[in-house]
Amino acid sequence: MRKLIFILAILLPGSGAFAAGGSSVPLDTAEYDLTDKASLQNGAKLFMNYCLGCHQTQYQRYQRTFEDLDIPVELGKENLQFTGEKPGEHIKNAMPAESAATWFGAPPPDLTLVARVRGADWLYTYLRTFYEDESRPFGVNNIVFPEVGMPHVLQELQGLPRKTTQEELVDGEMVERYVGIKADGSGELSPADYDKAVLDLVNYLVYIGEPSRLTSEKIGRYVLMFLLVLLVLVYLLKKEYWRDVH
Amino acid sequence: MWKNLMDWVEYRLPIMRVANMHAIQYPAPRNMNVWYMFGFLATIVLVNQIVTGIWLTMSYTPSAEEAFASVEYIMRDVEYGWLLRYMHSTGASAFFIVVYLHMFRGMIYGSYQKPRELLWVFGMFIYLALMAEAFMGYVLPWGQMSYWGAQVIVSLFSAIPVIGPDLVIWIQGDYVISGATLNRFFALHVIALPLVIVILVFLHIVALHEVGSNNPDGTDVKRKKGSLSEDEKTKYKIHEYYTSNYDIVDDIVPFFPHIVLKDLIGFAVFLLAFCYVMFFMPEMGGYFLEAPNFEIANPLKTPEHIFPVWYFTPFYAILKAVPHKLGGVIAMFAAIIALALLPWIDRGQVRSWRYRCGLHKWNLLIFAVVFIFLGYLGGTPQENWKITASQVATIMYFGFFALLFIYSKNEKCKPVPARITE
Repeated sequence: MRKLIFILAILLPGSGAFAAGGSSVPLDTAEYDLTDKASLQNGAKLFMNYCLGCHQTQYQRYQRTFEDLDIPVELGKENLQFTGEKPGEHIKNAMPAESAATWFGAPPPDLTLVARVRGADWLYTYLRTFYEDESRPFGVNNIVFPEVGMPHVLQELQGLPRKTTQEELVDGEMVERYVGIKADGSGELSPADYDKAVLDLVNYLVYIGEPSRLTSEKIGRYVLMFLLVLLVLVYLLKKEYWRDVH
Repeated sequence: MWKNLMDWVEYRLPIMRVANMHAIQYPAPRNMNVWYMFGFLATIVLVNQIVTGIWLTMSYTPSAEEAFASVEYIMRDVEYGWLLRYMHSTGASAFFIVVYLHMFRGMIYGSYQKPRELLWVFGMFIYLALMAEAFMGYVLPWGQMSYWGAQVIVSLFSAIPVIGPDLVIWIQGDYVISGATLNRFFALHVIALPLVIVILVFLHIVALHEVGSNNPDGTDVKRKKGSLSEDEKTKYKIHEYYTSNYDIVDDIVPFFPHIVLKDLIGFAVFLLAFCYVMFFMPEMGGYFLEAPNFEIANPLKTPEHIFPVWYFTPFYAILKAVPHKLGGVIAMFAAIIALALLPWIDRGQVRSWRYRCGLHKWNLLIFAVVFIFLGYLGGTPQENWKITASQVATIMYFGFFALLFIYSKNEKCKPVPARITE
């Protein structure tokens, strides 16, 4: 019987449904930190300035975001809200979906839950792998999202990124292998600072995907501690009652 | 004063009589082991699903336009809404985990054998209702997997000859999966099926208490009236409902408090695992909440891979293993019906695998592994080798029943001890 439980325990994680991201490029790990308020605040600033023009986060409210990120509501209202809504309203933009579909081929998706759909690593890699490609309508393409319909909105921070490749002999043929992305230096940020900025943005997107994450883990620790105590008490009680049996 | 009041009530409503008959003075074999806690846990999870479900319904909007947003409203704006939702979504998967273990317990200790056939069949009906309940519940958040999963499952009915296509439209209430489908699934999910499940669970328990609980030895603790000496009879006070027709062997304990306390230990361990998942990893790596379902349903955009949730994947693999659509549907339902017919497929006289032949033990273990393997095949992207593998696994799945039917007729079993051994 123990054998059986053991077998079940090994095999269970192997079953079930899990869709891979569908990307052939290995993703970089996004070491985000939801407790880092400064990083989240910077991420919010980047999002409101660079993303919100096209992408909404229509399920999340400004005020909730300000409160969770320790941003005073008045300060947030003045610096992070550009369209004059009340702080209690949802984070939306004024772009009509139909025009957007004409401009970009498809309306830019809502980003409230993008971190839960794509994963933090995918976002972190995606935002750092735009590269110059004259054949595309916006002049850029992307490594993890080939033929992407989005311009490189963070270009003024990163500079113009170029794809670097290396020629390699594979099975008797010369093949171009992707090495990485190198910016031309025209951006406001150094490569390291750009990575940090993207990480802040990803951190913010992870937060906004599940604002209850930190509360959940905090409560969870108390619940688990309570249950451990309960387990001990119930065990002792059971032992007491069963002493006379057998 | 208090006693007078209690007597007044008892005279009109048999509260204590039922409590005594079904808990305090219900005879339960004392050797019930860890496998015997899953029925108790399933009941707990059922209560969890009903209670959290009621509160979720207060804030959920069943319409194609609003459903997805209302789930996010629950996750963000409703006080502890995220907790209610995760209790419900984790509970759905937990339900199937404990039910699968509960069923396997019945298989290894022969709990489906005479006289518990009807008990087992009621259990299978609960399982069927539970699958329908879970499927419809998964449609409600109206994410991509909700939509496309429903599309795949509902279209199975189109394989039925003649009436198939019309039947699909009748189920959907529309020519495609739409808001009309969502609305009727909501009605079925929150009212119709929970009622059915609660009634079936009631019948399941009534049937159990009528025939008595099985145990890991598979020996009877009820004997013919007058066949036992006073020494051999149990010392515990057992309800006359059981003692008036039978002698009860000194191998039992009262269900309350002894078995309840045992179950509570299992409950605490179960809750530790449940709460760890719920508070720290509610998606369970994409098994309990699939990533594409965080994207709103889009009838024009098919997801890269469509999988049912993990608890359906073994049957999904059987469906896909058969190259013919109707054949696949038949095989899938046959896989469930075969389980329901187990009391008649198994012709053995000995219940527990402890005293049955070695072949039986291997047959059961291989069946468990095959079931899990089918789950893996049904829940991962299609590859060439997996087609053959799922065909082999499907044959092995049905092979379990065929083999059991053959060897159980003249099986060489070890002698079953007259009394419980541990």
